[in-house]
Amino acid sequence: MELLKVENLSKKYERFELKNVSFSLESGFIMGFIGRNGAGKTTTLKSMLNLVHADSGRITIAGKDFKSDEFDCKKNVGFVLGGVDYYPKNKLKAITDVTKRFYEEWNEEEYQRCLKRFELDPEKRVDELSAGMRVKYSLALALSHNAQLLILDEPTSGLDPVSRDDLLELFQELIEDGEHSILFSTHITSDLEKCADYITYIKNGEILASTEKDTFLNTYRLVNGKAEQLTPLLAKKLIGCREHKFGFEGLIKAEDIALAEGTEIAPADLEAIMVHLERK
Amino acid sequence: MDIVISNTSETPLYMQIYEQICAQIITGEIPVESCLPPIRTVAKELRISVIPVKMAWEELERGGFIYTMAGKGCFVAPLQSGELNLKRDSLAYAKMKEDIAYYRSLGLSMQEIIELVKRCYNE
Repeated sequence: MELLKVENLSKKYERFELKNVSFSLESGFIMGFIGRNGAGKTTTLKSMLNLVHADSGRITIAGKDFKSDEFDCKKNVGFVLGGVDYYPKNKLKAITDVTKRFYEEWNEEEYQRCLKRFELDPEKRVDELSAGMRVKYSLALALSHNAQLLILDEPTSGLDPVSRDDLLELFQELIEDGEHSILFSTHITSDLEKCADYITYIKNGEILASTEKDTFLNTYRLVNGKAEQLTPLLAKKLIGCREHKFGFEGLIKAEDIALAEGTEIAPADLEAIMVHLERK
Repeated sequence: MDIVISNTSETPLYMQIYEQICAQIITGEIPVESCLPPIRTVAKELRISVIPVKMAWEELERGGFIYTMAGKGCFVAPLQSGELNLKRDSLAYAKMKEDIAYYRSLGLSMQEIIELVKRCYNE
C-alpha cells in the first residue's frame, strides 16, 4: 500500500525554491533522503507536515489528504526534526506527560520499552542529556503513538557508530511487519547503504532521483584513468571530473561506459555519487 | 537455513541469497513444505535492505522452488526427488555452460577440461 505520496510540492523563497517535489513510499520500506546542506531536505520534510506552508502541492498519507485530514494524518506520523528542543530544565517524564495528551493512541508499553532500550532515565532533565540521548528521547516519543510513518530529519547525526548501528537495527525491526515505513534524511551515506530500500536525492530544491537504492547505485560507475585517455568525447560525458597531476577521475553513467574503455572502472557508492554530482 | 553474504563479492546480493537457498532446497537441508522466514525478517537479520531479499524470493518462486500462500508466507514447493534432480541439473548446466565457454576461450580441449575437472573434484 502506498503510505506516503508527495505531489508537486513547491515553495518559493527569496533566494531558494522548492520545485515540484514529488515522490512516494510504500508501506514496509525505508527511504533515505539525501542532498547537500541547503538543498531543501528540511524544507521538504517541514512542508510535508505543514510546518512550512507550501505554495502548492499535495501530500497524501495512508490514502488521506493531509490538508483536509491534517489531524488524522499527524496521528499516523511520528516525526523528529533537528533543531527543535525541549525545555532544558524539565524532566523527561514531565515532557512525556504533556506530549502524550496530544495522541489518542498513546502506547505506554512501547514508550517504556523505548526508554529501556535507549537507556533513558525519565527522571533526568533535558540539559543533562547528550546530543545522542536527545535524539533517542525524541525517537522514543515519535515511536510511542502507533504511527505508521516515521519522518526523521538527520536522526543519526551526532550519534556514535554503535548507537547508529543500534538505531538502524531498530528501523529494520519497525518495518518488519510490513505496515510501517521510514523516511529519513542523513549525511551519513553508509547508514543508507546498510538499510535503505529507496533513495531520494534532492539538489537545489529539485528531486534528481527517487528510486530503488540498487538501481540508483547501478546508474553510475567511477572512472580512473591516465590523462591521455581523457578524450573530448569522454570528458563531455564525465560527471564531476577531476584532472590531477597523474591522470583524472570522474563519474559516468553506466550507459556511457563504452567511452571509458581501457580505464579503471569501478562501482560507485552513494558518497562517491554525491560528491561527483555536486562538484562544480 | 544458512545465508552467508559477502559485501565485496561481485555477485549481486539477491543472487547470492537465491543461489544459497536453491542449493539448500536441492540438498534437502531446507525440507519441502517448510515455511521460509518473512523477507523483512531476513533483511533485518542480515542487515541489508528489503529489496534484494524480495528479489531472491521472487526468483525462487519463478524457478518453482517455493510458492506463496497469501497471508501465510512462502513455502518450499513439494518437489519429488526426480524434479529436484532436474532442477539441480539445470542449475549446474547453466553454470557449467559459462565456465566451459571460458575454458574454451583459453584453448582447452574437452579431454583437457575433463582431466582438470577430475583433478579439482578429487582435491
